[in-house]
Amino acid sequence: MSHGPCEACEELLQGYLDRELTDSEVELAESHLDGCDYCRRRYRFEVSLRQYVQTTAVERMPVGLMDKLSQLRSAGA
Amino acid sequence: MGEAEPEIEGRRIAAEARDRVRFEEEALELADQVYRVARRLVATREEAEDLVQDTYGRAFRSWQSYTPGTNLRAWLLRILTNLNLDRGRKIQRTPDMQPIEEGDYYLANKMAEAQGEQVLDQERVVEHLFQASIVNALSSLPHDFRDTVVLVDIGEFSYADAAQILDIPIGTVMSRLHRGRRLLKQQLAEEAIS
Repeated sequence: MSHGPCEACEELLQGYLDRELTDSEVELAESHLDGCDYCRRRYRFEVSLRQYVQTTAVERMPVGLMDKLSQLRSAGA
Repeated sequence: MGEAEPEIEGRRIAAEARDRVRFEEEALELADQVYRVARRLVATREEAEDLVQDTYGRAFRSWQSYTPGTNLRAWLLRILTNLNLDRGRKIQRTPDMQPIEEGDYYLANKMAEAQGEQVLDQERVVEHLFQASIVNALSSLPHDFRDTVVLVDIGEFSYADAAQILDIPIGTVMSRLHRGRRLLKQQLAEEAIS
């Protein structure tokens, strides 16, 4: 199945996802998403992928590191 | 010079000490966020801890070069990414050895192909991916791409902040982000569709 016409949208939607588009590009992206099931599904997928990467790849700071960092202070020491 | 001078000098020193304490406290409040980014830039927890400690050591020494009111987290990450470069991270595969890149929709398309287009309507479709795969895929990205993807996707920095942190043009941030994310999805797709 070919989706040639949507190739330009792929790139646009990354910027849309990152909230880095200009107002007119946002309009373009949104009007495309309104009319294109194919891209809308993939856009939603991208949103949840992004969130999933964020939550799974995040590791909290190890216990004890904060103390080590505090000891590096000069003023508060 | 008048007798008032020691007093003025004293006040100046006191004010500077207050600024310094405030700087250090604000920087420490960001430690967890700085660590999260550091952890995905290097291979091990130990390296990440070392890197964050070196970063704070340097930040506390050169606190006066920080301009109050600007993005402190970005300032700290700039120190961190520079230190990471200084550590002489290994010479890596050059980008021309990259496999052919698939598009942004590659992973979604692969999943749709394997399980039918409707699978993408499922709320939790991405949970078919494994946590370990994501971490591995991130760490296998070429450094330049990984730095950018980690700053934007994990650190949630804007393109402009990432450009400043890495000292590269914003267009380079965008192209590395694009390629990095595509490579990431290509990797994830290989593991997810099994």
